Amino acid sequence: MTAHNGATGEAVDVNDPHLTRFDIVKEGLRRDDIEIITYESQFHGPNSKAEKRVVRNISFLFLLSGLFTLAFLVFYIVWPWEFELGHTMSDYYTPLLGVSLGLGLLALGFAILAWAKKLLPHELSIQQRHGEPSSDDERLITGQTMMFVGDELGVQRRPLLKGAIALGAAPLGLAVGAPLVGGLIQNPHKDKHPIMYTTGFHPSKLGEEAEKAGKKVRLTREDGSPIRPDDVSAGGQMTVYPGIPHGATNHYADSPTLLIHLRADDAAETRANAEADKNGRNKGSMYGNYVAYSKICTHAGCPASLYEQQTNRLLCPCHQSQFLITDNAQPVFGPATRRLPMLPLTVDEEGYFVAAEDYRDVVGPDFWERP
Amino acid sequence: MKRRKMDLAEAPKTFAKGVDDRFQAATPLRGLLNKVFPDHWSFLLGEIALFSFIVLLLSGVFLTLFFDPSMKEVPYDGSYLALRGTMMSAAYESSLNLSFEVRGGLFMRQMHHWAALLFMASIIVHMARVFFTGAFRKPREINWVIGVLLFLLGFFAGFTGYSLPDDGLSGTGLRIASAIMLTLPVIGTWLSAAIFGGEFPGELIIGRFYIAHVLLIPGILLALIAAHLGIVFKQKHTQWPGPLRTNENVVGERMFPRYAMKQGGFFMAVFGVIALMAGMFQINPIWLFGPYRAAEVSSASQPDFYVMFMDGLVRLMPNWQIYIPFGDGYSIPPMFWPAVVGLGALFTLPMAYPWLEARKLKDKRSHHLLERPRDNPERVGIGMMSLTFFVVATLSGANDVIADKFHISLNAMTWAGRIGLLILPPLAYYISVRICLGLQQHDRQVLAHGVETGIIKRLPNGQFVEVHQPLGPVDDHGHPIPLEYAGWVVPKKMNRLGALAPAIKGFFYPVEKPAEIPVSPAVGGPVKREEIKSGR
Repeated sequence: MTAHNGATGEAVDVNDPHLTRFDIVKEGLRRDDIEIITYESQFHGPNSKAEKRVVRNISFLFLLSGLFTLAFLVFYIVWPWEFELGHTMSDYYTPLLGVSLGLGLLALGFAILAWAKKLLPHELSIQQRHGEPSSDDERLITGQTMMFVGDELGVQRRPLLKGAIALGAAPLGLAVGAPLVGGLIQNPHKDKHPIMYTTGFHPSKLGEEAEKAGKKVRLTREDGSPIRPDDVSAGGQMTVYPGIPHGATNHYADSPTLLIHLRADDAAETRANAEADKNGRNKGSMYGNYVAYSKICTHAGCPASLYEQQTNRLLCPCHQSQFLITDNAQPVFGPATRRLPMLPLTVDEEGYFVAAEDYRDVVGPDFWERP
Repeated sequence: MKRRKMDLAEAPKTFAKGVDDRFQAATPLRGLLNKVFPDHWSFLLGEIALFSFIVLLLSGVFLTLFFDPSMKEVPYDGSYLALRGTMMSAAYESSLNLSFEVRGGLFMRQMHHWAALLFMASIIVHMARVFFTGAFRKPREINWVIGVLLFLLGFFAGFTGYSLPDDGLSGTGLRIASAIMLTLPVIGTWLSAAIFGGEFPGELIIGRFYIAHVLLIPGILLALIAAHLGIVFKQKHTQWPGPLRTNENVVGERMFPRYAMKQGGFFMAVFGVIALMAGMFQINPIWLFGPYRAAEVSSASQPDFYVMFMDGLVRLMPNWQIYIPFGDGYSIPPMFWPAVVGLGALFTLPMAYPWLEARKLKDKRSHHLLERPRDNPERVGIGMMSLTFFVVATLSGANDVIADKFHISLNAMTWAGRIGLLILPPLAYYISVRICLGLQQHDRQVLAHGVETGIIKRLPNGQFVEVHQPLGPVDDHGHPIPLEYAGWVVPKKMNRLGALAPAIKGFFYPVEKPAEIPVSPAVGGPVKREEIKSGR
């Protein structure tokens, strides 16, 4: 072996039969440029009382680990685990698993740690880092070798090849990406009634014939039953869905609507504000003292469902946007910028609430191309 | 059978010889066995993340055996009576079955979730350690960048993971994710439609998140973790300054057996803590939330803690919308800034930091010795500023819960967060820089004058002085000769100099008798006090 920087001591002949095993280890360390500064037992003399005590403690930890892990297995197999309502033995199944396995692993961990820290000799070794970069010659050779690879290919000298490769490889690259793009990309505006602008209250959801016949979508409860004005008491509110197949499912995630029966004075104020609406979209949308707002927050799309009767505010629990019901559901606090759309209400010939037409404002979180 | 006798004692030697004949393993294996690692408790923070990741892989594989990533609507027919007959997605149903019908399934689910939280938490603490001690400096910039990427990937792994059960809470998170995609200028609606396969929520998203969560993200995580560890191994670990330690060496102990055993024991301990938490602390009780319904949400809808900073930033953002009066009119919703630009900046700025700092300090050297935080006050200031920003944003992510529990107005909490986000980080910068400078000054003071002994001496002229114990030699007048600061701990208390009892082994009572050390009058027997010789 050649001598290393910082290596100490002389090389020894490892085949010398007089060497101890530790001497050979030290020779290996020397070759790896490591020097052991201290290597000493933590105990005074062999078989000291202290050492025996440490060994006992570590053995105890190992046994404890085995005991707890065994307990884990027993609990896992024997303890009643099937869930039943009410307070039963099975309530303790998961905690027992956790405690037994956790303590078993902790005891094992501490046994190993104690072994390493308390029983093994104290050691202090120094290794040289050798973090210096390659020599300039090496760098030059490697750089030139790489350049030579380029020379060998000769792309620089053969412009025809260069162009051919570029033109040949480009379609392959595109071909790799095409299925990903072609499969995933969908035009969100492709339908006749684009998804971003249409909810379940659009008459087209009833089918073409019904739409032509001038039928309107009813407001229904979650179970699909229609609602009469009398069903909502003054000051009350109800979450309603479009009365179409699957209208109350996540298939129409933008459709949930809050139907509110306002008290007379609030209703008058709400009506005055709706009629004075700047862009006129909320004009004539109320029915008597009833108003219906989209439940989907215009900020991030959570249901703005916390109705504060005293202040006539709707609060979204996700980011705390607050909307004033009596003023076209304009946002009054929080990160939302846009009011909740109002659903034009009326009743059909049977006396059930229907949407006079779909929402006139865009429902749901805001986006770039919203008109 | 007759002639070829197997000598069992020779078997290992024969095997080793065979291996070395084929792979020339002896020399590299010796290097591995002998590799020296420096030791300090703060170097183990990253290990917690590594061990949590292993627990995540193990428990995650178990969960995949029972989970059905389908959004097909099915009626629930399990043993949890409160939801019987409810229509729900097959994903939610299988998550419920995992919790109720699989033996030990709930334990595994909770273990997976707690391990995920521990994974992210330990990454944050580990990053703080690396940042504040300057361990990211040349030549370790790339590993710092990988670390930041690991946090980002962990963030997405966590988000896709807690979206999978398709319960009321995770559906709300998906809804917000879709809204964040929608805020992107120009491509927003197209991106959301591509990822959700049409309008939110569609019927594909759970399946897509599933493959991302169990294959794509963990695959990249695994590759990056391997690279992270490989680079640590190749570049050798940093070490604190101290006796014998230089920029060119590593002072510690050999990897085998002691260091490797400590690692193994620590892994078991981390695993044990996760198991204890998984058994004793309930997490994400999805059966209480019900299936996701677009019309339903409860208050206190919080994401996991490592996503809360983003939720908090979204809550605090004022409702500033940008309208572009062009054509039909276009707009950029306010959520775009915290959720897209903010998240982007929060990850790219830290990645660039090692080069920014090196550029500012004109420092092109390689650093293998760590820097005590106080020795680089500006870095500490920047770090504390970022942490304060993160904490204010995270707390704001729970501001409705805080408002509810402490009876504070919700709007006041929002405003406190908005103002706090702007005021507190600079304040944290200023305070931490001042603290660092104060600590530096005190170090120099002790090196120049010695340790305060707490002994007040009255001079003949009536003046009172405190006696100082010099740390080094004294000059002819008995004044200490000022010492050079070595970038390492300066003893500041007399017991650091051995003035009090020597350390005694044993937890409750001594394992062995303390060695006969004459410095301490406090141990055993009648107390004999001596005057401490001073420099004055």
